[in-house]
Amino acid sequence: MNPQAQITEILKQVAKKPIPPDPGESLFDSGVLDSFALPELVSRLESEFGISIPDADLAPRKFESIARIEAYLESRR
Amino acid sequence: METTAEWIRNVSGIEERRYAAEEETVAALAVKAGQDCLERCGAAPGEVGLLLVASGSAERRFPGPAASVAAALGCGETPALDVPLASAGSLFGLALGAQLCGAYGTVLVVAAEKMSTAVQFDAANRGTAMLFGDGAGAALLSAAGGVARVVSSVLHSDGAYAEDLRLEFGKPLEMNGRSVILQASRKVPRAIEEVLGAAGRTPAEIVCFLMHQANQHLIIRIAEALAVPPEKFFSNIHWYGNTSSASLLIAAREWSDARGFRAGEPVVFAAFGAGFHWGALLAEGC
Repeated sequence: MNPQAQITEILKQVAKKPIPPDPGESLFDSGVLDSFALPELVSRLESEFGISIPDADLAPRKFESIARIEAYLESRR
Repeated sequence: METTAEWIRNVSGIEERRYAAEEETVAALAVKAGQDCLERCGAAPGEVGLLLVASGSAERRFPGPAASVAAALGCGETPALDVPLASAGSLFGLALGAQLCGAYGTVLVVAAEKMSTAVQFDAANRGTAMLFGDGAGAALLSAAGGVARVVSSVLHSDGAYAEDLRLEFGKPLEMNGRSVILQASRKVPRAIEEVLGAAGRTPAEIVCFLMHQANQHLIIRIAEALAVPPEKFFSNIHWYGNTSSASLLIAAREWSDARGFRAGEPVVFAAFGAGFHWGALLAEGC
């Protein structure tokens, strides 16, 4: 599974809502992620991708879209 | 406000909140809580060696409410110090007050907020305004002992997030809710584990977690992070909303009335707020 598909799968499980097909679409504006689903998403990304995300990286905009999440994860490789 | 009670309950767990009268000041609220605390403890105002007053919604730049509160309580020339930290203010007051008991003997910690003056009640700001209420609480710390002892505490601050939750003079409160929740949901459990680890305790041993009442969903999230049942977290946010620094001491008072400390039983206090400032304190019943 490629990273984008993996992120989408995690999002489906966390948000329990339809995921927008456009990876650039805001997950906040589209109502997929609320303030309380966001910490859950970060925890799942850490466990699924085997990384520890430092607090300093927890700017909500880094997790605003599938594309941004993918870019952040790529930057951690 | 263009919103519904169901919407507010779903996003925050808040059903009601209390607002002070227009003429009531933060100091007036603090005096009521301070008097009530002293009476319940059977202590005279003259016994207070140091007064700490936490508030993030005080009406003026200086002097803060502490000196007025001391005068109104009849504390004479007792030193009175403002702790303008908002939500984490009472936790910082308790932690520092416990440390200062050695020098000042008896420390009265009061937290009072008039958050109704910090928010705007219009449709554009409903997501923030509906969270907050007014209130005050107090606790008396004494080197001579009481119903519980402070075992240890941890306090942290990180100004990198100062813009994410702020109240400037003449402007309504501004909050980046996503950042606040994201940081709080990680930093608070970590602080609790830090204070418990230093004391050789585990979350499972804690009888009750007394939290700053910010949002019921956040409280549940912190309980999950610590792998303890949410029922162990005292909650009255449905009744008062978020009363900022006052909420922790109001929760402590209500928990104390409902159950209270018992000898040897550990209780955790924790808070997170603007700054960001956060921390945790471990107390044990005497």
